[in-house]
Order: sequence, then structure tokens, then C-alpha cells
Amino acid sequence: MKLNKILKNALLVVIACFALSACATKKVSTGQMQSDVYTGTDTVEYLASGVPDRVFFATNETVLTTASRETLRKQAAWLRKNSDVTIVLEGHADERGTREYNLALGERRANAAKDYMMTYGISSDRISVLSYGKERPVDSGSNPLAWSKNRRSVTVKAN
Amino acid sequence: MNYTKFCFLSFLLILFLPIKSFGLIEVDITRGNLNPLPVAVSPLSIDEKSKNNFKKLLKKKNLGLEISSIVENNLKTSGLFNPLNKDAFLQAPDIANLKPRFEDWNLIKAQALITGKVSYIDDKLRVEFRLWDVLAGKEMMALAFTTVPSNWRRVGHIISDKVYERLTGEKGYFDTRIIYVAEEGPKTRRVKKLAIMDQDGANNKFLTLGNELVLTPRFNPTSQMVTYLSYFRNLPRVYLLDIETGMQEVVGDFPGMTFAPRFSPDGKKIIMSFAKDGNSDIYTMDLENRIVEKITDHPSIDTSPSYSPDGKLICFNSDRSGYQQIYVMKSDGSNVKRISFGTGIYGTPVWSPRGDLIAFTKLHKGKFYIGVMRTDGSGERLLTENFYQEAPSWSPNGRVLVFYRETKTDNKGKGFSAKLWSIDLTGYNERLVETPTDGSDPSWSSLLSN
Repeated sequence: MKLNKILKNALLVVIACFALSACATKKVSTGQMQSDVYTGTDTVEYLASGVPDRVFFATNETVLTTASRETLRKQAAWLRKNSDVTIVLEGHADERGTREYNLALGERRANAAKDYMMTYGISSDRISVLSYGKERPVDSGSNPLAWSKNRRSVTVKAN
Repeated sequence: MNYTKFCFLSFLLILFLPIKSFGLIEVDITRGNLNPLPVAVSPLSIDEKSKNNFKKLLKKKNLGLEISSIVENNLKTSGLFNPLNKDAFLQAPDIANLKPRFEDWNLIKAQALITGKVSYIDDKLRVEFRLWDVLAGKEMMALAFTTVPSNWRRVGHIISDKVYERLTGEKGYFDTRIIYVAEEGPKTRRVKKLAIMDQDGANNKFLTLGNELVLTPRFNPTSQMVTYLSYFRNLPRVYLLDIETGMQEVVGDFPGMTFAPRFSPDGKKIIMSFAKDGNSDIYTMDLENRIVEKITDHPSIDTSPSYSPDGKLICFNSDRSGYQQIYVMKSDGSNVKRISFGTGIYGTPVWSPRGDLIAFTKLHKGKFYIGVMRTDGSGERLLTENFYQEAPSWSPNGRVLVFYRETKTDNKGKGFSAKLWSIDLTGYNERLVETPTDGSDPSWSSLLSN
């Protein structure tokens, strides 16, 4: 009986260890990044109450995360309510890449956001795209968190 | 601009004496040079009347010394020569130019000797110089130039090129200029201006005011035109700038961002990327008839194109395989072949003016490298590693690369700087290229005397 209890405890300890090690190997590096995409609110501004002005990307990626798509849906809803507003989508990249490729990457990111908003009924006449590549970082630090804040597409009111 | 006018309107070259070649001194530039050739650069002799005339005209006390200093500095920065200390010279400049006492020069271990004479004749600057083989006790080369006095620095550079060519067998690269982006201010709001300077850092001039973002300038190999990217009116487009007149014009009428511009080797076309709806392709525009041709046609990002010197091939950067790699294609866009296969990301390919190599930027495991590979992708050699560096540009003789580096900032964003650097193809002689402000995106001109 005692042996069973010991074995049971040992098994619980082993399971606990696996659970902890699973935490250690997850891709989240800090509380503000998930799979290399910034998830925090620092640097985020608002087009209107509850409508964040930007979405973030993983390194070298132009794919929209679930959170990004939700932000863009909110932006689209706000644009439908304010039908005279036109916007510029400003695409950016972090400094860890060559300058010209980063210009193209910024353009592609902004267009990913534009395409998604168009599926929610926003006409392309209202959206223009401008890439800044790595030229206008919002965080001047040289670390993964700073870089993740810089990989962004920002929606700016044009009128 | 007066400076350029002087350069290109009034320069005359007169051959003074036939070149004798004995081939006794030779400098090997294909390997790392740990034994730079000891050379004595004697101040050029100058008579009192000429000295005073130039002092009045150019505000230089001793033009003979000034010109020889340019030669000395060029030879030293090439890493191949070791100019000896002038204090040890035993012969006066005027006598040395007529008949060097080779035992004296041998005594201080000079293997080559440069002497010359500067005179003011008919309102012009006349410079003669001689290159001597000290060990053989013979004259190797003698040349003279006549030009307007304000061209005196170019004379120093041309003499340097002649000496370099005679001793290495390769054309020199000293009579050249570098165009780059001068930058200042906080990293989040950098102010950038186009700037141009002589290859040794002299005559630095700003070409734009800094009101709009400017990036990636490139020289026209055949004329005084520059192409670059400008964010004028918040519309990023490729522009042409005439250095002499300061006139700027947008290239073509593209409904979206154009960027990464270069000239074709004959100077007649601009090749660049055009981005639309998330896709960037490479296009050319003929500067005369304005005809636009689409060269790549792929949903990937295609950018940073670079022509081979004969204009028949183009190397470029594409992420069609998932990450940035280097590709080569025919100049009509056919026959696209990937040539970079090492581990890491490759960008900014630039074809050497010699046609034999392609230089590039590589990013691997968080480090940036400047490297070269053969045009089929083989023989990859990394020359230097850094936290951040990119965008190599070749000297016109294909022996030196200029590029730029940025420093890492701390967590408060402090400590940022961007500087131009150069390195020899051998991987040796890495050195800082001084600029009055921070600098990036350098591009090397061809030899001005062509």
C-alpha cells in the first residue's frame, strides 16, 4: 500500500515536471509576445473608442493573426459608420533585414490589412498604402520586443 | 556646380615620357597583404613663384606637399603600401626629382620612390611626377598633367591611380567619388540627405535638403546623373538627379511605390522594383524613349536588381523560395536561376565591375555578413561579420567594397550610429570611411577620368 502511494506521488511529480517543461518550451518569449507577434498595447493608439489603430506581424511574415483580423474587423466597422473617412495603411518592418526588401515587406503587410478590410465591404478607393520599410521604427531599441512593436501596419486617417 | 564643371571641362592629360617597365617591383593584390610595399613619397618640388601663386589662389601654403600628401594617403589606405616617414628623407624634393641618389633611399628601406614637380604656368597647374624602382636604380614611369588649379586634388588621385596600376597590374580606384545618404537625428525620426564626396572624404556636399526621406542612391556609370528613392509628398518614387544642375525628375508614371533603382551599364535605362497590391516586380525604363518593360513576373518580392558589366545578365533578390535568396536571369527576364544555397538569408546582390563575382549581404543566426560568391553561386566567402551591416558597393576595379554598419542601441534606444566602412576583397584592410555626419547606402562611382 505504501509503495502504491509512493508510486502515485512519484507519478504526480513526473506529470508536474512535464507540465512545467511544456511551459518552458512554448514559443512565448515574454508576456507581450506570442509566437513572435507583439500582443501588448504599448505604442497602440485608437481610431475611436475600442478601435486599435494597428496590427502586428511575426519576423519576415505578412500573415494576419487572429488578433489582427479582429482589430481590422473593428476598424472596418468604424469605417462603415464613418463613410466619409479615407485612410492610409502604413506598413513597416523591423531593422533586422536589408533596406530594400524591408520596403517591399512593409508594402505587403499593409496590403494584407487592406485586402482583409475590403472583404468587410470597405472600398479600395478609401484605402491607400504606404510602406516605410524599416525607416520609421516606433521603438528604437535593438531587442526582440522592440522589433516586434516595429513590425506593424498602422491605419492613419487621411482626411 | 563649379566643382564639377572644372572636373569635366578643363582636364587635359599630356604624356611626358614613354613608360619603361622592368617588372622588378610588383605588388600582389590577390592575397591578404601583411607586407605592404615600403614606398617613399617625396613632397613634389615647387619653385617660390609658383608656390606663392597657388597660395594666393588655393589658400594652400605648399601645393607640392599637399598633392604628395594625397598620394601618400591613398597608397596607405589601400593597405598595399607603406609610405615612409618624410622626416627620414635625405634628398630634397627638387634634386630627387632630377636624379635620385638611390643609396640614400635604399638606406631608409624604400623600394619605390615617387618624386615630382609642381608649377604655375599660364594660369594653369602643371604637375609632373616620376616613379622610381629604388632597388634596380631605374625610372619606371614619368607623366605630366596640365589642368586648372582647382583640380589639384584630382591630380593627386590620378597620380595615385597611375602608381597603383603600374605596381599591381590592376586599374586604380582613387579618382572616384562616393554618393551616400547622410543621416542625423533620433532613430525614430532620422533626417536623411543625399551627399557626395571624393573617395578620400574630401569635398563633401549635400545634394538634398532633408525635408523628405531619401534612400539608396546610385551613380550613372557614364554621366553626372544619380538615381535614388525619394518620399517627396509622401509618395515613395524613383527619381533622377542631375548633379551639375540640381534638377530632379520622377522616373516614369507608376501608380505605386517604385524603389531599388540602378542604371544599366550603358547608362541608358533605369532598372527598379515596382510594388503593387503586395507584390514587387522588377521593371526597366528606357530614359530616352520612356518605354517601360516588365522583367520579372512572380507573386514573390523581387528587388535589388544588379546588371552584369556587359549588360546581358541581372542578379536580383527574391523570396520566391520562401526567404530572401539571390537569383540570376537574362536581361529580358528569362532563364531565372537561383544561385545562393547556403544557410541564411541573402540580400543586396551587386555584380562586380570585373564581372567575376557577386557581393551580397547575408543574415544568419542573428548576425550580418558581407560576402562574395562566383556568379554561379559557388565559392561563397564571407569577408566580415557584425551586429548589423549591409549594402556593399564595388570600387570600379572590383577590389574594394564600401558598405555601412549600424550600432546596437540599448533598451532606452540610445547609442545609435550609422557609418560607412570599406574592406578589400581579400577580407583584409577593413576601415572606417569618415563622413561629417552619420552615413548609409553608399555607392561608388566609376573612375572620373574615363
